[in-house]
Amino acid sequence: MSEEIYRKTISELHTQLTGRQIKAAEIVSAYLKRIGDIDEKLNAFLSIRPEEALEEAGRVDEKIAKGNAIGPLEGIPIAVKNNIITKDIETNCGSKILCGFTPPFDATAVKRLIDAGMIALGKTNMDEFAMGSSNEHSAFGPVGNPWDISRIPGGSSGGSAAAVASGMAPAALGSETAGSVRQPSALCGISGLKPTYGRISRYGLVAFGSSLDQIGPLARTAEDIAYLMKAMSGLDPYDSTSSSEPVADYPSMLREPLKRVKIGIPKEYFSEGLDPEIEKAVRAAVKILSENGCTIEDISLPHTDYGIACYYILAPAEASSNLARYDGIRYGFRAEGDFTLKELYSETREQGFGEEIKRRIMLGTFVLSSGYYDAYYRKAQKVRTLILRDFEEAFKRVDYIVTPTTPTTAFKKGEKTGNPLSMYLSDVYTANVNLAGIPAISVPAGLDSKGLPIGLQIMGRWFDEGGILKLAHFYQQLTDHHLDFPSNL
Amino acid sequence: MSENKKIDIETVRHIAALAHVKLTAQEEEKYSSQLGDILLYMDKLNQLDTENVPGTYHPIDISNVYRDDADTGQSISRDAALRNAPLSGRGFFKVPKIISND
Repeated sequence: MSEEIYRKTISELHTQLTGRQIKAAEIVSAYLKRIGDIDEKLNAFLSIRPEEALEEAGRVDEKIAKGNAIGPLEGIPIAVKNNIITKDIETNCGSKILCGFTPPFDATAVKRLIDAGMIALGKTNMDEFAMGSSNEHSAFGPVGNPWDISRIPGGSSGGSAAAVASGMAPAALGSETAGSVRQPSALCGISGLKPTYGRISRYGLVAFGSSLDQIGPLARTAEDIAYLMKAMSGLDPYDSTSSSEPVADYPSMLREPLKRVKIGIPKEYFSEGLDPEIEKAVRAAVKILSENGCTIEDISLPHTDYGIACYYILAPAEASSNLARYDGIRYGFRAEGDFTLKELYSETREQGFGEEIKRRIMLGTFVLSSGYYDAYYRKAQKVRTLILRDFEEAFKRVDYIVTPTTPTTAFKKGEKTGNPLSMYLSDVYTANVNLAGIPAISVPAGLDSKGLPIGLQIMGRWFDEGGILKLAHFYQQLTDHHLDFPSNL
Repeated sequence: MSENKKIDIETVRHIAALAHVKLTAQEEEKYSSQLGDILLYMDKLNQLDTENVPGTYHPIDISNVYRDDADTGQSISRDAALRNAPLSGRGFFKVPKIISND
């Protein structure tokens, strides 16, 4: 073993566990040590559970010592985004208003991973209530990008992405409403999947935009994501929007040879605003796929440019309704003072919510309010149909769509906080996937001249996570970009 | 500062009241300006003819899911439900008095 434990993939750790070259307790210790060594600089974790994690690892080691077989995720640590409910572990959504909230149950996705033997290391930092693209909207301070701590890691799953990228966890859970797994994965140089809407249960995922929200895994490779997806996916009686579509055996699919696939390159994703270095890296990736048997076709998704306007009407509208529950009565923060009930609500919300949350609640309440509903909310729902139809048409011609994940690499902390609209526009290549509900992955495609990671995005048909992962795995067999690791920490 | 009149201070106050969010005078100014800019950007949707386009409420086909009206055996206890409340007593959430004495 020449390489550090903390740089290994889930598959490598599993092989070493079953080969008895390493113990689960040693794996957990290695990540805890790494967190202790570097997280002061990054601020990726808001809480860790060292004793419990080591105890759980000990039980896996006993099982192995007795000669029992273990599953592919057993004894493997995972970091969990702070808006995914974990029983008896504080889940605060990066917000003051939920400070101290310790849920009485586990989210279904978490429960399924625990049942598969995974070990929760702790909860990660995030943009408050998952609203943000830079992790600067956390009530607990910003997260640094492991490649350059003066830069943002992306958001809203910024803590999860920074944790995996810097070797503080081999995998993490994030969540997406528009790009919140893929964008930080791209900016931190790791792999991150947004599954089809309804593929993973939303039970226990704190609601933001309910017609868009989806939990997604972040890891070092597409192969690792396949294992996580297999464990988490599928119908859940506790989420009526979870899908009964059968769950494919994703890891086995990766081992089958790639059949002839047709990849579409939408011209709208290579237009003004795209960093030329990113375009170059994405075109190079497409060339590699083309040279290795994939057919490439130029396509058009004509309503691409309307996605941000559509999304930033619909998501705040849904959020303004979902966040009505934070009123200081049932959980979290409550304003102190001699208030009437109504004053208590508005004082609690004024003091408990950060600036971006209030901005989005205001925006959402406005577009839903009498007199503006048809002009904004209803209009956006119709435009959502047009965006969805673009993808339906495209997937009649091609199997996958390949694009850049983000228009730029990681920007500097503070660069966009003064101008909310410029921050919203950093979601330009990711939001439409959520509006359409299709799955998409971001995988590393190299570094720019500043040494910052570039993300390659692969979109697929509804419920074709298996196909996306297979193509991403194929790409990672042909290239080494997913092995890049930030060395300056 | 933008000069658009998309959302004036009066409207900001009305929306804040609807959303139960108290704003400072400074925040009212800021949101009026920022939300104005954002809404101006949203106007680009009006370039599209959506006359005969139905709205999308959910990206995948889903229908209502029902279960038998019976104990699922999975509910949490009252104590567990109350343990996160900033103020509770006698098995209830406590709120400020709603009915006055006079």
